[in-house]
Amino acid sequence: MCRLATVIVVTSGKGGVGKTTTSASFATGLAQRGYRTVVIDFDVGLRNLDLIMGCERRVVYDFINVINNEANLNQALIRDKHVENLYILPASQTRDKDALTKDGVERVLGELKQSFEYIVCDSPAGIERGALMALYFADEALVVTNPEVSSVRDSDRILGILASRSRRAEQGDSPVKEHLVLARYAPERAHRGDMLSVEDVLEILGIPLLGVIPESSTVLQSSNAGVPVILEESSDAGAAYGDLVERFLGKELPQRFVTTQKKGFLKRLFGGS
Amino acid sequence: MLLRSLHFTHEEPLPFELKGSLFTLTILHLFQLDRAAIERHLAEKVKQAPGFFNNTPVVIDLENVVESQDGWDFSGLSEALRGYGMVPVGVRNGSAELQAAARLAGFPVLPESRSAGSAKKPDRADPAPARSRIVNQPVRSGQQIYAPDGDLIVVGTISAGAEVIADGNIHVYGALRGRALAGVKGDLEARIFCQSLEAELISIAGRYRISEQIDTSDRCKAVQIHLAGDRLMIDHLTR
Ligand SMILES: Nc1ncnc2c1ncn2[C@@H]1O[C@H](COP(=O)(O)OP(=O)(O)OP(=O)(O)O)[C@@H](O)[C@H]1O
Ligand SMILES: [Mg+2]
Repeated sequence: MCRLATVIVVTSGKGGVGKTTTSASFATGLAQRGYRTVVIDFDVGLRNLDLIMGCERRVVYDFINVINNEANLNQALIRDKHVENLYILPASQTRDKDALTKDGVERVLGELKQSFEYIVCDSPAGIERGALMALYFADEALVVTNPEVSSVRDSDRILGILASRSRRAEQGDSPVKEHLVLARYAPERAHRGDMLSVEDVLEILGIPLLGVIPESSTVLQSSNAGVPVILEESSDAGAAYGDLVERFLGKELPQRFVTTQKKGFLKRLFGGS
Repeated sequence: MLLRSLHFTHEEPLPFELKGSLFTLTILHLFQLDRAAIERHLAEKVKQAPGFFNNTPVVIDLENVVESQDGWDFSGLSEALRGYGMVPVGVRNGSAELQAAARLAGFPVLPESRSAGSAKKPDRADPAPARSRIVNQPVRSGQQIYAPDGDLIVVGTISAGAEVIADGNIHVYGALRGRALAGVKGDLEARIFCQSLEAELISIAGRYRISEQIDTSDRCKAVQIHLAGDRLMIDHLTR
């Protein structure tokens, strides 16, 4: 394989903004388009990537087992049941975060780089060890933000850490490439001023916008069903993740879910979004 | 700062309270330990301006004394100074031997200070100019950047929750949304420049304003901030 593997961290600072949802759909989207992809759950102790990917019942070994040489990668990697080219490296539910050592993470990433093109790291919330380890080796970052002040503030904090405490920053290499993912966006509420608008968030964070993911009840439904929402192509959120992956791979597409939609008579009558 | 003694009941009036304060004192920079020469000079000075030194508290600075003598007679010097109206209150700088002798004569040894009025000529003919620190990235929430001895130049935005600090001026080529503290070592001439004033706090030489105290007419404007007396002034930059 001649293509150099790319490590992408999905991070946010604040919890519950949609990192794991984004990691699952982003990794699935890359694999769907033919790239050999692995997604790693760095949320030691609170693993739920495997739930969202629907593979929780096939977990035998985990990331920490591999770091501690208690299992090898082939034993721990789970093949995704929805798309080809996709593997999941689950987090340990029982260990604590100190098990994530810099040397250990580096070794595992090094091995994964032999056989994958994209390595997606689902970061835990916060700025503690787990989050720092998830971003340390990153080449690119998807910074997930919700349109509210505290979430944006935390993302700003994470951007500062990416720029100062990642390996690229420490070694003086070219900086980690930053992408903004604005998740759970509700155009009507932004329009009314209940939420920050896309422009507000861009003004504060000042990094390129990769995608706006609308607030959608399909996300919860598909999570519960263990199917990444990007596979629900007819839903707004699924389509938005599809566009996001295309943009990541270089296509120029307009943002589709940022304006308020005028509801038609029937929709107004029967509700629905 | 106010330290009240807590040992007294309310009925008993307080016999004292302790307060910190700053005084301007006359510094006598001593060059030699020659008592006779010192007295001759003092007499001359007093002849020029009689009564000038009446009850003037002085600190004896020993920094420029090269000789060092064990047990030099500070009490004698003290008497001589008092004879000309000065009230010696302490010594500072000087060798350990001289300081010991001063303590023996009942003088407190005051901490060294890098005061502007030092009699000593600078060693170097032209001191190196203060360096500016240039930051080419945005300063994000949680980050703190300090430029010691000089100016801080930030090409980018200072986020809310970030802090930039300089001994000299601060220049922000972007929005200033966090905290900016210029002249933190007391430089009253220091200034802050920014392209959009949205700061949480601005401060020059310890005088500060918080966000609430910034007028709405100054918000989101390109400004320079400087001191006029004790007041922080915000001037709009016009193009
Ligand atoms: N676009 C969306 N619309 C509606 N709900 C969403 C959307 N994205 C995420 N959610 C919901 O928000 C919750 C948190 O999502 P998720 O677990 O992906 O966040 P996280 O950032 O990984 O959280 P943590 O910090 O705990 O790891 C879930 O209940 C998820 O279903
Ligand atoms: Mg998560």
